Amino acid sequence: MLFKTRLKSIGVVAAIAATLLSSGVSADSGDKILESSCVECHDLKGAGPENLTELWALKGPNLSYAGNKYKQAWLEQWLAAPTRIRPTGMFYGNHIKPGTDEDVIKQESLVKHMALSASDAKVVAAALMHRKAKSELITPGAYKPGTISLRMGELVFDKFRGCLGCHQIEPGYGGASGPEVYTLGNRLQEDYIISFIQDPQAWSPLTFMPNRPLKDKDLQKLVHYFRALAKEKF
Amino acid sequence: MNSRKLKMVVASLALIAAPMAMADESGEDLYKTYCWQCHGMLANGMGVNIVDMSVQPRDHSDSKEMSARSDEELFTAIKDGGRAIDKSVLMPPWGGVLSDDEIHSLVRYLRELCKCGK
Repeated sequence: MLFKTRLKSIGVVAAIAATLLSSGVSADSGDKILESSCVECHDLKGAGPENLTELWALKGPNLSYAGNKYKQAWLEQWLAAPTRIRPTGMFYGNHIKPGTDEDVIKQESLVKHMALSASDAKVVAAALMHRKAKSELITPGAYKPGTISLRMGELVFDKFRGCLGCHQIEPGYGGASGPEVYTLGNRLQEDYIISFIQDPQAWSPLTFMPNRPLKDKDLQKLVHYFRALAKEKF
Repeated sequence: MNSRKLKMVVASLALIAAPMAMADESGEDLYKTYCWQCHGMLANGMGVNIVDMSVQPRDHSDSKEMSARSDEELFTAIKDGGRAIDKSVLMPPWGGVLSDDEIHSLVRYLRELCKCGK
């Protein structure tokens, strides 16, 4: 009896040690990949650009606050099979040219994001979730789950606020200078979306996303809409 | 230095530092960063975003249209958005992003673009 209990305790301790070890190894190896392969295009530690020249030179999103921004499951699958989220890249001005009518996207200047192996994607996603700069801007529970019809959501997003001007609500429909919003509900944490829309420049200094005063009621509706859009099969 | 004096020094430094945040950015660079997306690289209202827009952005190269707008009206449109001058909601308010000085620089640059004044 005593022997069995002891054996059990040893088993539990071993299991805990293995878990700690593996999570430690995962975070370490994820950080190693971040520091070696990602740092060239992503800011991992800094607060963001301090002038327009630095803004124009950005190649990828700031990852110092990735753990406050992204959903881990989305990061993991996207890193293994990346797709373009910003039709005109990080700074749209670097990837457009005058067309016959309106300006068009300079596809040849856009760079594809590297794809990671499934195992690397897992450890990198885990490591990113530990990067939590600017936590003071997040109010946990700011988003109160609810629903809105796609029709009403589009009214708020487009007709009332004009957000469609820069963002696509389905592939190929909407503006091109901002990131697509039809995957936003899967991609970003809801409390982050609320905080970002309230003050985009606090997260991303000098960003060309306007800073519009919105009532909490409208912010909630927008996030309901992004969640509804993300369920659509485009 | 007593704490009152220290507070005053800190407050004066903050006053100096705030407008310096983007003091060196030209109207042209601000236009490229914030306005190209809708008004276009050629300032002709044909930006990369316009394909699905219900209203076309203002053509800033149109000297006839632009000379009908006062500097004050342009300033208000940029700072408070299209709604503030009974125009489209698609023109957002930039007052939360740009300082008044920067908006004045943009208005001066708009006058260069349209080669017109009011």
